[in-house]
Amino acid sequence: MTAIRRKRSIFHLSYEQRNAARGYRFILPWLIGFLVFYAGCLVQLGEFSLSKIGLDAATGMTKEYVGFSNYIEAFTSHATFKQTLTSSLIDMMIDLPMIIFFSLFVAMMLNRKFKGRAVVRAIFFLPIILSADAVGNAITRATELVNAGVSGASLEAASAGGVSVAYYMELFGELAIPDSILGYIVDTVNRISTIIKGSGVQIILFIAALQSIPGSLYEVARIEGATGYETFWKVTFPMVMPHIITNTIYTVVDRFTSSEVIGLATRTYKELYNYGLSSAFSVVSTLVTILILGLIVYLLNKRAFYYN
Amino acid sequence: MTANTASNKLTWREFRSSPAYANRRDKTLTGLKNFAIGLFRLIVIAGISYVILAPVINIIANSFFSRQDSINPMVFTIPISPTLERYTMAIKYLDYLPVLGSTLLYVFGVTLIQLLVCSMAGYGFARYKFPLKSILFAFVLVTIVIPLNTIQFPLYTTFRFFDPLGIVSLFNGGKGINLLQTPWPTVLMSLFGCGLRSGLYIYIFNQFFRGLPKEIEEAALVDGAGTGRTYFTIMMPNAAPAVITVAVFSIVWQYNDSFFANTFNISDSILVTRKLESLINVIANAEKIQTIREQQLYFDAGVVLVLVPVVVIYLLLQRRFIEGVERSGIVG
Repeated sequence: MTAIRRKRSIFHLSYEQRNAARGYRFILPWLIGFLVFYAGCLVQLGEFSLSKIGLDAATGMTKEYVGFSNYIEAFTSHATFKQTLTSSLIDMMIDLPMIIFFSLFVAMMLNRKFKGRAVVRAIFFLPIILSADAVGNAITRATELVNAGVSGASLEAASAGGVSVAYYMELFGELAIPDSILGYIVDTVNRISTIIKGSGVQIILFIAALQSIPGSLYEVARIEGATGYETFWKVTFPMVMPHIITNTIYTVVDRFTSSEVIGLATRTYKELYNYGLSSAFSVVSTLVTILILGLIVYLLNKRAFYYN
Repeated sequence: MTANTASNKLTWREFRSSPAYANRRDKTLTGLKNFAIGLFRLIVIAGISYVILAPVINIIANSFFSRQDSINPMVFTIPISPTLERYTMAIKYLDYLPVLGSTLLYVFGVTLIQLLVCSMAGYGFARYKFPLKSILFAFVLVTIVIPLNTIQFPLYTTFRFFDPLGIVSLFNGGKGINLLQTPWPTVLMSLFGCGLRSGLYIYIFNQFFRGLPKEIEEAALVDGAGTGRTYFTIMMPNAAPAVITVAVFSIVWQYNDSFFANTFNISDSILVTRKLESLINVIANAEKIQTIREQQLYFDAGVVLVLVPVVVIYLLLQRRFIEGVERSGIVG
């Protein structure tokens, strides 16, 4: 209707073309930003990683092509890059399944109706708020003081906390639990607060996913006499599977952004002024992470079931 | 039941095999089971809440500790002689109210920009057909998967020598403007849909708009509303759950953000979180406080001061936020 009343422009566009133009108008700011800032910077990153960069307020930036020497340095002569990269990835791999299981478990718990649910939800989402770096350091230190027994911030703090990790190590050691398993348990306990803190958004996503499962499925399951265990594996889990993939992506990216290898890249350019090497670190760590992420998503996707 | 109680002649053996017994046994068992589940849930929730809240309580408690309390090993969590001195000092050296004001201005400004730009992009992808659409949307997903941290150094140089299309060098023949230490890099990037987690927000809006019935817009179009008007007066109000969700995420993450703040060296007279980082050293130098333990107490007070605004905002919005998450189809 409006189109008819409007002046005819010189360019006579069909309805589809006009619609396409409208669509582009809506995404235009993002498109410009993507091309200029994001894609532009990705290309620059590749270029920088192959160059020797000099930064000077007077002359601006100078680039000198040096081939793959930054990469060679990263893998052969750099002291910590390989260790940092592998330990970051291993941490990520250990945290990932735990965060997914934990957040699914908590989401299922919070999805039930019980007294004081609102308060509990507010508490469980608090870590999203407390994630600031500046604040985070203080919180980490306070956590160490509070669970000194487990984290063992210091001997003094451990005795103040009333729990001694050495005592428990000895106790379990006498039960003849293999050292490797014991190590894994201690490691897990150490990670509990990391896992809880890293699960806020995932819990939210899972709650939203659980809410979107049609109630009729549970009704059928109940009428057919399925137990709670069966209902979980035959109804809840398959329905939540696509969101497990979403959460996996979110978790991996989240862990990667806060990982030590990113910190190393930052320090390399901020404190050591080795810009090319820092870019090479970024390229390598990002590629490896995406490779792993792609593999996980591919494996999960094969088992996923999409309702719609 | 009535039959049983009326005729007391039933023997125990008879009673055990009667349906009334089975009924009562089932009831008791279900009751026990529910009680056990409830207890288990209570224990788990209490445990997790403890892990989350304990450090917070510890920080709040420490911020009231006086010097005697901090060196007295008998004092745990509850100070014997509480003092507000930590707070007066932290407020003074954080320059609290002015800096907090500018921080909130920055955070809310960026959030508004994010809401506008990301909802527009999400709407465009959800409702219009245009060439290359699926490829472009794949690029949105790429921006989610490859975080800005990867390109931190190119971003740094972009804004260190900021020179869009070479316009600046035309005028002063130089190397572009240095936008570091100002909030402008963040504002510019948000304005062009590359802000903090913009990709995620575009995705959320896209999912939400796809879930709204098409008839809404058709009605608006028949009534003579243009595209822009339909979007602002019809679609945005209908997208309230998604707007609330994104707004809360954006406010909280932007306030807590350290990536933009550190990459662009945003001045600590603008961001209170940046100022907090140097608080310990500033107070230790200015007030000649040598013990690390006591310096930490001032820092704890500073942490509480920095956390208060964002916790208040979250508590104000949290009910609508959680409803929004459940209704916004955030997960598609």
